[in-house]
Amino acid sequence: MIHSLFLINHSGDIFLEKHWKSVISHSVCDYFFEAKEKAVDPEDVPPVLQTPHHYLITVHRGKLFFLSVVQTEVPPLFVIEFLHRVADTFQDYFGECSESVIKDNVVTVYELLEEMLDNGFPLATESNVLKELIRPPTILRSVVNTLTGSSNVGDTLPTGQLSTIPWRRADVKYTNNEAYFDVIEEIDAILDKSGTTVFAEIQGVIEASVRLTGMPDLTLSFMNPRLLDDVSFHPCVRFKRWESERTLSFIPPDGNFTLMNYHVSSQNPVAIPVYVKQSISFFESGPCGRLDITIGPKQTMGKTVEALMVKIHMPKAVLSANLTATQGNYTYDLPNKVLVWDIGKLNPQKLPNLKGILSLQAGAPKPEDNPSLNIDLRIQQVAISGLKVSRLEMFGEKYKPFKGVKYVTKAGKFQVRT
Amino acid sequence: FLHDDLKEMLDSNKDSLKLEAMKRIVAMIARGKNASDLFPAVVKNVACKNIEVKKLVYVYLVRYAEEQQDLALLSISTFQRGLKDPNQLIRASALRVLSSIRVTIIVPIMMLAIKEAASDMSPYVRKTAAHAIPKLYSLDPEQKDQLIEVIEKLLADKTTLVAGSVVMAFEEVCPERIDLIHKNYRKLCNLLIDVEEWGQVVIINMLTRYARTQFLNPNMNESLLEEGNDKTFYGSDDDEDEEEEEEKKSEAPMPKRKPYVMDPDHRLLLRNTKPLLQSRNAAVVMAVAQLYFHLAPKVEVGVIAKALVRLLRSHSEVQYVVLQNVASMTIKRRGMFEPYLKSFYIRSTDPTQIKVLKLEVLTNLANETNISTILREFQTYIKSMDKDFVAATIQAIGRCATNIGEVRDTCLNGLVQLLSNRDELVVAESVVVIKKLLQMQPEKHSDIIKHMAKLTDNIQVPMARASILWLIGEYCEHVPKIAPDVLRKMAKSFTNEEDIVKLQIINLAAKTCVYSSIGKYLNQDYKYVLNLAKYDQNYDIRDRARFIRQLIVPTEKSGALSKYAKKLFLALKPAPVLESPFKDRDHFQLGSLSHLLNAKAGGYQELPDWPEAAPDPSVRNVEVKDSVPEWTKCSSREKRKEKKVEKPFYSDSEGESGPTESADSESDSASGSEIGSGVVGSVSGTASEESEEGSESEEEEEEEEEDEKDKKMTMKKELKKPVQENPREDDMRLTLSSLFPVEPAPSPQVTPLNSFLSNSLATDLEGLSLSDAVLSPATLSPCSALKSYELLHRIRGEGLSVEYCFSRQPFSPDANMVAVQMQFTNNATSETKNLHMEEVKLQSGMRVKEFPEIELLPAGETATAVMGIDFCDSTQAANFQLCTHTRKFFVSIQPPVGELMRPVFLTENEFKKEQGERF
Repeated sequence: MIHSLFLINHSGDIFLEKHWKSVISHSVCDYFFEAKEKAVDPEDVPPVLQTPHHYLITVHRGKLFFLSVVQTEVPPLFVIEFLHRVADTFQDYFGECSESVIKDNVVTVYELLEEMLDNGFPLATESNVLKELIRPPTILRSVVNTLTGSSNVGDTLPTGQLSTIPWRRADVKYTNNEAYFDVIEEIDAILDKSGTTVFAEIQGVIEASVRLTGMPDLTLSFMNPRLLDDVSFHPCVRFKRWESERTLSFIPPDGNFTLMNYHVSSQNPVAIPVYVKQSISFFESGPCGRLDITIGPKQTMGKTVEALMVKIHMPKAVLSANLTATQGNYTYDLPNKVLVWDIGKLNPQKLPNLKGILSLQAGAPKPEDNPSLNIDLRIQQVAISGLKVSRLEMFGEKYKPFKGVKYVTKAGKFQVRT
Repeated sequence: FLHDDLKEMLDSNKDSLKLEAMKRIVAMIARGKNASDLFPAVVKNVACKNIEVKKLVYVYLVRYAEEQQDLALLSISTFQRGLKDPNQLIRASALRVLSSIRVTIIVPIMMLAIKEAASDMSPYVRKTAAHAIPKLYSLDPEQKDQLIEVIEKLLADKTTLVAGSVVMAFEEVCPERIDLIHKNYRKLCNLLIDVEEWGQVVIINMLTRYARTQFLNPNMNESLLEEGNDKTFYGSDDDEDEEEEEEKKSEAPMPKRKPYVMDPDHRLLLRNTKPLLQSRNAAVVMAVAQLYFHLAPKVEVGVIAKALVRLLRSHSEVQYVVLQNVASMTIKRRGMFEPYLKSFYIRSTDPTQIKVLKLEVLTNLANETNISTILREFQTYIKSMDKDFVAATIQAIGRCATNIGEVRDTCLNGLVQLLSNRDELVVAESVVVIKKLLQMQPEKHSDIIKHMAKLTDNIQVPMARASILWLIGEYCEHVPKIAPDVLRKMAKSFTNEEDIVKLQIINLAAKTCVYSSIGKYLNQDYKYVLNLAKYDQNYDIRDRARFIRQLIVPTEKSGALSKYAKKLFLALKPAPVLESPFKDRDHFQLGSLSHLLNAKAGGYQELPDWPEAAPDPSVRNVEVKDSVPEWTKCSSREKRKEKKVEKPFYSDSEGESGPTESADSESDSASGSEIGSGVVGSVSGTASEESEEGSESEEEEEEEEEDEKDKKMTMKKELKKPVQENPREDDMRLTLSSLFPVEPAPSPQVTPLNSFLSNSLATDLEGLSLSDAVLSPATLSPCSALKSYELLHRIRGEGLSVEYCFSRQPFSPDANMVAVQMQFTNNATSETKNLHMEEVKLQSGMRVKEFPEIELLPAGETATAVMGIDFCDSTQAANFQLCTHTRKFFVSIQPPVGELMRPVFLTENEFKKEQGERF
């Protein structure tokens, strides 16, 4: 299916290539470079390109392009999802997925790719299985290995490969048994000029960090599962239990993983935590415009709004911004035309305001388009939908684990149109 | 030489140096640098003890073997040895590398290795064999027939590990052999949820195609009325008309067709794939979505919308693919996505390609009720900074206007306003769209045409200029004074125009000329234009000029045609239909590469049309031979039983009648199997016992179902009670059995300390049996308590109960046989006579030595007998009938792996010697 993989950095250098079948010359990437030239933004390079003899399927992750070459029919999402899984694995192994890290660990990367695909078909993609085959690099281990000559490569078949729970390895042991769950909700919203909600919804995710000995069988139940409208699960979750009892029952993978993604039912009105009063106008006469933005709390469930940040993509003609902020700092990134106002904590008594003059390129016509505001924020200790975990139980093991649930609300794609 | 230092390191005795060298070489390969001159030095290390060195050598070999075929052959013997290794990982990786070396000369060796691996004990090795099939096929397509045999064999495999890989091989080697799927169809459906994600995608796509050949169209009996209700606004009209016609046609010959009943197997597929819509893997969700789109009854397709909308939160590449598919779906099934209209609203931060696709979906979703909301959205989009996106929005507005009559004027006014926009691209796009809209009602809009005529002074975009000129020419009757004016201006600039504009100038000239029936004052302009065109560089333009001259200017020869010039040029032309580029894309299987590119990709398998009449459904019936040891039923019910047994165990044998029940059992098998394997992981020794328990519980479960059906059997009720009292435990046991459908998975735990025993125990029974001769074993008497298994329950046996155990003693009549000690207990009130065995059914190679007949077993008494079975080192069950003077019971004995062993005593030195030789 996947014939070859090329890793390409932003400046267009191919710094790693791997072939699972006959070698394909890297000149095939020229078609991609051509498309990349045409696109204004790397995001705009079509993920699927057709060349005379091959198809190129590309994903863009962390300033790198993962370009795969396929020759025959294959579901494009299959390849895309797999390439993202590869990037996830690198992130998992090396802490980040960047050119320098991949170059530093090129042998491990190669060994990983070798295990992940056989003849272009995914073989082992579960991080637990991979970690038994190829141990992640640590400083201590590399020292030990050079001294003893032992290797990072396992010589027995990982237990996960044969069992029906490939995500968990056997013989997990911890002295401190802990299971933490983070319920993270994101508000996706579009507000129009007047502040009316055009569209709003809440997307949530439960990230888990489970370090438990043995084969624990966990059950997580909610106070108000009815809120959840659409869900997707890690393969460990027993779907039928969810269907019948609305509880999450699972044998967890070892370590960090995403337990579930959910979408909150659209019947419930979405609480919008902040309101924005804004006016951005450009004058017909004279090369300038005026900007005035105030942000205030709206429905915050009695909590403080933190890490408030406003990002504005300005029209091309805007050269500089001369503004005063009553709170926080602002920066104007000229090449990208992005104005960022980092506010921090929102104080309801003293509303933050940003006001001033935008200067335009001389002679340029007045921009007709108004930029939109992208808001970023965080509210700790609350899930804005009101979702609550009621219980976490463990079966199958005798010890008492340490359990914890944390809630946080963030702004997702939160946009105010002007 | 270049890499002398590396060669030296490779030749050294130290593993650490070799490793360092190999790492550097692999880094070179990764960077795309040539390291082929090191081949001889590297290949020597193929048998290196250090596993990491070995693996890196494999990497090197696979990369360069093709170029250095002769040298590569040196390594083959190492892999052949590896194929016989007791460690399954080594067997598998040997096969992997061997099959990845693209050297034609070893094709026969590969073929042999694949065939052997396909019947390996370890499912992991069998999986590797499945992966090797397409490799060999691409190396030598001549092997197809033999490979199909292997595929057929592996398709019958009942482990989830193999299922995905073998279907992948099937798709690459013989996708046309749909007949191979019949027997495995239900099994694949049932295994699906436990197969790994990537396998799920492949299986679902294949089953979609399969279902299209085997089942009837679930939407065929839809009434015309419903169809009318659901009609989409445009585009699909013709479609549906055709469909309707087709329906009429097909219904005509059999007017009183039976109401459509869905094949239970069709239902099974739909039901078993549905939970996968909740998968975290976008590819799986998409696969299920396309399956529902292509196979489900209209009313059920809706469930996929929510899942697809969810994927829009994922990476932008995922969004891109999903939106393309949603766009295709919205054309046929608009109603499905209407509730999610707002999820397709566009954010200024979306990449342009995503914006354009969302726009496409929004346009497809527009209807009378939501058009005002959509147009309001479009208004904000027009102000965007992203001009390509604005252009696409204008096109979208045009499409909405053509499709929804009520808003046509509003849209047109809006677009006319855009004509004064500062951005030329916006204006140009508006002109093009307005032109199309005007064609629908030109008489009402002569003012707009006049307005546009003025634009020719400013607008430079060729497409827009051409559109304006065409409009003026076409409707010169509505603007009789302006047309000649424009022509005069254009005649001046003719030489500097683009080709499409030039063509339209000629057109305009011809039309004004014809309209004014060769007005005299026009003559000059028109002749001037034609003369310029005559000497144009572009032959298209020269041709056009010549053609038009002949038509319009009457000469002796062409007189006849010029009479019709007006009819030719000013004929009423149908307004263009603005339709989605995604119309009719769904003749490609959704989710496929071909669909995305709207062009057939290599290896694409057409999605067949539904058959007129369903092929025989009985081809999917499976005769359960030895995997279901539950034949112990009274003979009076045997016939009925036979029928039932044909269906696979875990599919709901009640069919449609008992959906809830079957759903339960499915859920349990999903959850329980996880629990089960957990047990295997930690207490491997007991795994086989549990599998035994599992098959018992199967019997019970089966019986439970029977009971529900057959209320007359009051006696059975007794048994049912305890089962019900403890449903959880029962569930769990049931599911354990699905974990080990045929043979218990080999114990995955291999600790180095007892590697000799456990290795052979788990993976390489063959090895042990071969070694018997060498070892000259001194058998020990068994010291541990023996575990006994139930062969026949007293209730089923009508009072006779039989237990058996593996006595772990040599079976004296035949050394190759395993001794099985049976204990018969007569719990009935009457005596049992003539206990003996009949009709032994065995896998090839297996042999049985029957126990001597027990002539009489009085009530309450117990008797023992010993029989011998040669299991041929497999874990296949031995099936036979246990007969009394009145009754016959089907029973089966399946050995746990551990019981096939004979204890052997070795001194430490002997052990080490063996270990050294064998590992």
